Amino acid sequence: MMDKETYAELVSRTAPKSKHFSTIIRAFLIGGLICCIGQAFADIFAMAFPYLQKDEIASVVTVTMIFSGAFLTGIGVYDDIGNFAGAGSIIPITGFANSIVAPSMEFKKEGIIFGVCAKMFVVAGPVIVLGILSSALIGIIYWIF
Amino acid sequence: MEIFLTYLTVFAVGGTICIIGQILLNLTKMTPARILVSFLLAGVFLEAVGLFKYIKDFAQAGVTVPICGFGSVLVKGAVKGANENGLLGAFLGSVTAASAGLTAAIVFGFLFSILFSSKNKS
Repeated sequence: MMDKETYAELVSRTAPKSKHFSTIIRAFLIGGLICCIGQAFADIFAMAFPYLQKDEIASVVTVTMIFSGAFLTGIGVYDDIGNFAGAGSIIPITGFANSIVAPSMEFKKEGIIFGVCAKMFVVAGPVIVLGILSSALIGIIYWIF
Repeated sequence: MEIFLTYLTVFAVGGTICIIGQILLNLTKMTPARILVSFLLAGVFLEAVGLFKYIKDFAQAGVTVPICGFGSVLVKGAVKGANENGLLGAFLGSVTAASAGLTAAIVFGFLFSILFSSKNKS
């Protein structure tokens, strides 16, 4: 019999090391690509709707990226991208959309309220809570000083 | 040529942010939720100290498409609100600025979870 520590040491010795490097390359490629797609949307919208302000275009791009991320999650493609790209698919805003659609789709059988609507925010909830909390605090600090 | 350089910068900066995330994933066993929150707060911090603007001028979508861009939008809104409307503005500003993204996330999130079902993993 092997005790736990010997086993852990054996695993860390035999697990492939090169995997670490290749995940980093894949995260870089897909993450960079998703950002370029966002930039392309921004450039296209700026040309198509010249009357929009710069931050309005940024909003339209965000909406488009979230739509794409949510749709690709729905048809099951984003899962494959995620398996390939790791953090390259998590960190872009499409990954935020994925973190909303994936759990709410999975828990749909628990009903609209406790399944879809509640599970939507399993990952997005902390992001929204901490984002609004910290930005409101910073706003208040600006107001004081 | 200039457009090529723009996209190269976007690709390099966006990709590098994802590399940092991947290294954290590989080395620390952080969950994706923690990764998202960490990068959001990094964006919040960079915007609060005023550095985000310069990175954004340089890298454009390379830094606004990653979740840090969302944190930056929230802070920018809160600070703008605080300057224009005082304390009320600090409360109104952040979500006002991020309203399009938040609403899109909820609307499309709900819509596509109703329309599609998860594939059975076999």
